Amino acid sequence: MARLTEENIRLAREIIGRYPKARSATIPLLHLAQEQDGYVTNEAMSHIGELVGASSAEVFGTASFYEMFKFEPVGKYLINICGTMSCALMGSEELMHQAEERLGIKMGSTTPDGKFTLEHAECQAACTEAPCLQVNYRYRYRVTPDELDALIDDLAAGNLSSEIPAHGTVAVVRQHIPADRAVGAIAPELVTENPAWLDGKAAL
Amino acid sequence: MTGGTWKHAPGFYAGDRPQVVTSRFQYEDSYTLERYLATDGYKGLRSALARPANEIHDEVRSATVLGRGGAGFPAGTKWGLMPQEVWPRYLVVNGDESEPGTYKDRLLMERDPHQLIEGCLIASYAAGLSQCFLYIRGEMALAQERIAAALNEAYAAGYIGKNILGSKFSLDIVLHWGAGAYVVGEETALIESLEGNRGMPRLKPPYFPAANGLYGQPTIVNNVETLANLPWLLNNGTAAYTAIGTATSPGTRMVAVSGHVNRPGVFEIINGITTFRDLLYGDEFCQGIRNGNGLKAFVPGGGSAPWFTSDQLDLPFEASQVGPAGSMLGSGAVMVMDSTTDIPHAALTLTRFYAHESCGKCTPCREGGTWLERILSRVVDGKGTDADLDQIFEVGESICPGAFPHASNEKLGIAAVPFPYRMNTICFVGPSAYVPVHSALTLFRSEFDARIVKRTMIKVTAVA
Repeated sequence: MARLTEENIRLAREIIGRYPKARSATIPLLHLAQEQDGYVTNEAMSHIGELVGASSAEVFGTASFYEMFKFEPVGKYLINICGTMSCALMGSEELMHQAEERLGIKMGSTTPDGKFTLEHAECQAACTEAPCLQVNYRYRYRVTPDELDALIDDLAAGNLSSEIPAHGTVAVVRQHIPADRAVGAIAPELVTENPAWLDGKAAL
Repeated sequence: MTGGTWKHAPGFYAGDRPQVVTSRFQYEDSYTLERYLATDGYKGLRSALARPANEIHDEVRSATVLGRGGAGFPAGTKWGLMPQEVWPRYLVVNGDESEPGTYKDRLLMERDPHQLIEGCLIASYAAGLSQCFLYIRGEMALAQERIAAALNEAYAAGYIGKNILGSKFSLDIVLHWGAGAYVVGEETALIESLEGNRGMPRLKPPYFPAANGLYGQPTIVNNVETLANLPWLLNNGTAAYTAIGTATSPGTRMVAVSGHVNRPGVFEIINGITTFRDLLYGDEFCQGIRNGNGLKAFVPGGGSAPWFTSDQLDLPFEASQVGPAGSMLGSGAVMVMDSTTDIPHAALTLTRFYAHESCGKCTPCREGGTWLERILSRVVDGKGTDADLDQIFEVGESICPGAFPHASNEKLGIAAVPFPYRMNTICFVGPSAYVPVHSALTLFRSEFDARIVKRTMIKVTAVA
């Protein structure tokens, strides 16, 4: 229900400034909106459109293509269990059934208390550590049925809140380019000269 | 470290082999600038900056640094495809690792982000690239954090930004991250996504990235592992690089082996020489099939690669041998199925993946992939008919017309159909939905036959 906050507008402008064209910042800004509200609201998409020079429909068009963006509230903890080959060979489908029974919901839905959402995920690039899952994009490797139970207990009790931020936050470290070191992004049509170091002489 | 792995680099085993890109994995703090500088970090960049840019480009070309993303195209040649005197040129780093079975770029980003950054700097210097965008897969929180921290450190220390190390070379490296879409790993889709759009592949021609890429400018798209090779190459030289591996496949490559082996893991192997048998059964690698079981099949190069069986175990990691044998090396991902594997079901886990990940741009993929998934699900559930199996081939033919690659099989008396395939789609996602079901049906037809309901044609005659 929210446009971006003052602090997030400042961050958004910093991010936009890194790209030769503002539209390139669309996906990072959608992440920022999701971090702020837990999901991407219509108001945030209009606001992002204003910031990058796109209509809210265009922003939604982009956002709706990508799996990670949610347009309605999801659980505080999004549990993505991988179902692609390596994990399936090592028993991930049993883990999915177990999670469904334990939480009393089907894959793709959220518990009534808003704590957990379950998803059948595709390959998470941890294939040697199968079966694997992610909680808000933090990995758990070679998960056994007992470990899955213990994980859900810990999450429900709030024992992992320092390690796993609520859904919406992905990386907790951001890039900052110091103003005195930045080359600065220039729109491609304004660049006509070849890079300074390509003058045929040694660079140093 | 043959015996074990480190908790901080899950799944990785160093063994007693050359380490071009994984040499720092042994250190718990391998991702810090301090450790990087203490282990020859940014030395390759310094030596590059002391030489003319075209000389560095020539070095990468003569070392034949093959692309590690999937297609295996030499990086130096790729850089040379950019038109002369068109500026600016961009570097886009493909860190959108998501090919089923692949787990290597994420390790390189999490464990040694400075090595990747140094690779980006060397490439940009050599090829005259004005800005670099590091596109990291959205779901990889730790990789994004490690790279963000490393970029911040490197900017502060003068390795990135204006007048790097006091030279004329200036470059911004921007961390960009995705939001969950497999197809964005395809280079033109990656560029679309980086421009803020839906990640749908562009038609080539005219959209060859080297000529018409990001914002319509010449653009190099390189894989993470490819770029991570460059600091070592600059530090050790072409002769040392090509001394590892073979003439057509020099250096090392990272391979992840998953599934039914005793010791699944990520290994830096010798290109062109290490065989699949070494990898699956070797003591320093996977140590055999689990529970002493037999090997039923394996996927040699990520989910998009046609399957092999024990008939192909002696092939080395060499594209010129794996291609004619009916498959590809792809992204260095081997998935192993033992004798207990339910083959139709295993094929479904991959076909479902590609059907799900279709961007919807090309009809044969959007419709065909979904059809293949539905038909195969029906067969796996025991509700399929013999007509379904024929229909699988018919749908496949509409995605990829003509002979479709598969391995030879002595027992079945079939010869190999070489890779690649022809395709009616812009990118490989559509064909990849067909690959697993085609391989499974070709090599294990009896497992499908046992699942289906045979229908008999009834001749209806007119009753007078």
